[in-house]
Amino acid sequence: MKHLRQLENQSIFILREAYKNFDNLGMLWSMGKDSTVLLWLARKAFFGHVPFPLLHVDTSYKIPAMIEYRDRLAREWRLNLVVGQNKEALANGMNHTRGRVECCTALKTEGLKLLLEEKGYTGIILGVRSDEDSTRAKERYFSPRDKNNEWDFRDQPPELWDQYKISFPPGTHIRIHPLLDWTEINIWEYIKLENIPFLDSLYLDQGTGQRYRSLGCEPCTFPMKSTAKNVDDVIIELKNSKVAERAGRAQDEGRGMEQLRKEGYM
Amino acid sequence: MTGTTSASHDMPNDNPIKETMNIVIVGHVDHGKSTLLGRLYADTGTLPVGKIEKIQAICQQQGKEFEYAFLFDAFLEEQQQGITIDTARTFFSWGNRQYIIIDAPGHKEFLKNMVSGAARAEAALLLIDALEGVKDQSKRHGLLLSMLGVKQVTVVVNKMDLVGYREDVFRGIEKEYTEFLAQLNVIPQYVIPASAKQGINITTNATETPWYTGPTVLDSLSHFSLDAADTEQPLRLPLQDVYKFDARRILVGRITAGQLKVGDRLVFAPSNKSAVIQTIEAFNVDPAPMQARAGESVGITLDEQIFVERGQIAAHEHQGPFVSTSFRANVFWLGQRPLERNRTYSLRLATREVPCEVSTIHRIVNANDLDDRQTSTSVQRNEVADLTFRTKAPLAFDTYTTSEDTGRFVLVDEYDVSGGGIITEMIRDEQEGLRTEARERDSAWVKGEIGPEERAQHYGHRAAVVLFTGPDTTAKAFLARKLESVLVAEGRHAYLLDAENLRRGLDADIGETNATEAVRRYGEVAKLLTDTGLLVLSTTNPFSLPGGTIAQAIQTLINPTPVITIYMSKEQESLLPDATLTFVGPEDFDARTRQIIETLKQIGILAESVGAQPDFQFSI
Ligand SMILES: Nc1nc2c(ncn2[C@@H]2O[C@H](COP(=O)(O)OP(=O)(O)OP(=O)(O)O)[C@@H](O)[C@H]2O)c(=O)[nH]1
Ligand SMILES: [Mg+2]
Repeated sequence: MKHLRQLENQSIFILREAYKNFDNLGMLWSMGKDSTVLLWLARKAFFGHVPFPLLHVDTSYKIPAMIEYRDRLAREWRLNLVVGQNKEALANGMNHTRGRVECCTALKTEGLKLLLEEKGYTGIILGVRSDEDSTRAKERYFSPRDKNNEWDFRDQPPELWDQYKISFPPGTHIRIHPLLDWTEINIWEYIKLENIPFLDSLYLDQGTGQRYRSLGCEPCTFPMKSTAKNVDDVIIELKNSKVAERAGRAQDEGRGMEQLRKEGYM
Repeated sequence: MTGTTSASHDMPNDNPIKETMNIVIVGHVDHGKSTLLGRLYADTGTLPVGKIEKIQAICQQQGKEFEYAFLFDAFLEEQQQGITIDTARTFFSWGNRQYIIIDAPGHKEFLKNMVSGAARAEAALLLIDALEGVKDQSKRHGLLLSMLGVKQVTVVVNKMDLVGYREDVFRGIEKEYTEFLAQLNVIPQYVIPASAKQGINITTNATETPWYTGPTVLDSLSHFSLDAADTEQPLRLPLQDVYKFDARRILVGRITAGQLKVGDRLVFAPSNKSAVIQTIEAFNVDPAPMQARAGESVGITLDEQIFVERGQIAAHEHQGPFVSTSFRANVFWLGQRPLERNRTYSLRLATREVPCEVSTIHRIVNANDLDDRQTSTSVQRNEVADLTFRTKAPLAFDTYTTSEDTGRFVLVDEYDVSGGGIITEMIRDEQEGLRTEARERDSAWVKGEIGPEERAQHYGHRAAVVLFTGPDTTAKAFLARKLESVLVAEGRHAYLLDAENLRRGLDADIGETNATEAVRRYGEVAKLLTDTGLLVLSTTNPFSLPGGTIAQAIQTLINPTPVITIYMSKEQESLLPDATLTFVGPEDFDARTRQIIETLKQIGILAESVGAQPDFQFSI
């Protein structure tokens, strides 16, 4: 439990640095377990308040239960929810059959870019974790993105002690990653410790012998075989599992994720 | 997990995790850091399924032998060049610990990335290639580890397969490198002969090195100890922010050393403000905490609504940090442009940010030979130097050895963090005597019921000293008198205190020559008057000292009440750089008076109208 408090203290520090140093700040919320833990940490950091908008880039292909859950928590926790969507791409019929990477690029990367442009955010908080895939393992807590939202992993700023990249030229923005040091198991341990409401109907086995391990768009996210019916079961299952977390996410195959993330994918 | 045979990697990892620890792997380029890490994961069976096969496919495609390094050198560029470019965080659970193992690059081009990785670590594995021996970056990394605060180091002499596992080769490197580390006051925990590629002494002790009886690399991890949080040290709580989301006014920050509890009296440096902790606030914690310790991100409320802001460091009475505008430090420079004297950089220490300059470059430290120290006029990229700094405003800090987190800082050049340093020595500046006087006087100050905020609310302005300075015959006194009349006519509480008026009374015993003492007495009188909530106006005419010096001395004495300097000059030359307002040449004095009043409103000293509440941007 002590290790969870260590992680919590670090993430809260980062959230408060972000809030102090960025005038136009937003936090991405995908309703998944990570960004929901992040949202909870924000409520801790700001004593029950969430003093910036929560951004959801809606691809329109999300699992319906996710949207219900989103709207319920937004109401209960008095969140300022901002939903963005690449309407043009959708109007042109974009979907995963045109290529998974293409679809992710249009609906998520571009969708996010449009939202950032429209609202002029200079700081975006995201719940990515280093252990998700090997490109995220190389992220900084405060990671600059250029005018095209691109990530230059070859030339990242030094990050010393608790001093982060908080000044940046106009037109660029900073991605803030308070959960980099958390593992998937830590997320579940923390959900249990703090009793955080999560999307149990998707993350737990409802008697069908399967559950989602990672949530995304309906066509590209596949449930795994599992009989985990509560958080404890999930933790035990993960401790004994050797399957990668994002194995159920189609866009990660080959160098898909590397390409996506360089272009500004979350 | 000690002993020489370790079957421990067959142990399932269902031990409850008790703590996390960050370990960095460093060393010269190509000495096998990423390979060792890959091997550690592969041989403990902690990789996800399919991962090895994926790497196998990539290596085959590139016509290479299997490379364990590709497990973490994930980017195409990295794999093509067989080099690590940026650090990777990897997660490894073993025993009761969750490790974050950070794989750092060895190429000197990427030193800033290595530093980013190492700055997060509590311990390090430093690799040396048995065939190549100790190289440039082996030493530079060793030096940087000691500066970054990584005190626990285990050395791995890797690629022992390339030297036929010869003990004499190993002992030679062991001796050379241990002697180097000794100069940095670092004693390695272990020096391990290994072959990452062949899996020798990584997770199991091998017959290839019968002469070695120490732990394997895996075992050595559990011998690193976690710093017990610095709860015994004097309290340091650098303020991060002040929140007013609801009725509570909550001060937040992360405790970097020591501990605090409800009821403790805190003193904030450098403002010397003081109040008692009323509550410790927390969300979803019941009952509310009564104490907190180093490492915790806390929120507190105080019994008095004193004005404090980000950057101040809270401490217990009489145990505060140093305050000065000067200190000496060891700095490593990572910027594209060299670090030079006479250029302004932004210095960030804990949550404080102040402009600073390098005042002296004492030496450049040669990483290869720590004794050979050269003098220089600038610090180049990737160099380490011993420097004295001068900050534009008083800074609260510790030396690195007394309190790590408040004893180190980074330097920002334009938009970029470009270097880091650890403070070795506090240097007394000219203000030291006055600062001590102010601190002692403030801590013994007997307060009435009415605080500065209430006075400010009542008067429609906060207290301040407005100081007119500049060369003779620029009509400073005329403008000061004019401002006084206009302010009073508006209903503000302003008073022209000419230093001349002290001369025959309060200063009668010191004569004309003791200018410094005259300024000190003026400052103490100004302190009293501003404590009543007044706007005190004056010129520097009667003092035979430079305007900047007078302003600084008064500022130190009335701190944190602001001194507003109005500089008046006949020509554009020789201006006062830090003046709040500058007037050049003769002009309309009514317009100038209005301009001063507007400025006082902008910086939150005057409320828009009498009776309205001023906004508090400055410290009160
Ligand atoms: N023979 C032999 N080769 C090794 C050993 N360890 C690593 N190598 C090889 O040395 C080369 C460099 O290894 P890396 O692990 O990439 O080195 P590194 O220290 O991570 O390099 P940078 O991160 O770029 O500084 C690779 O080709 C490895 O296969 C070893 O123990 N023996
Ligand atoms: Mg490497």
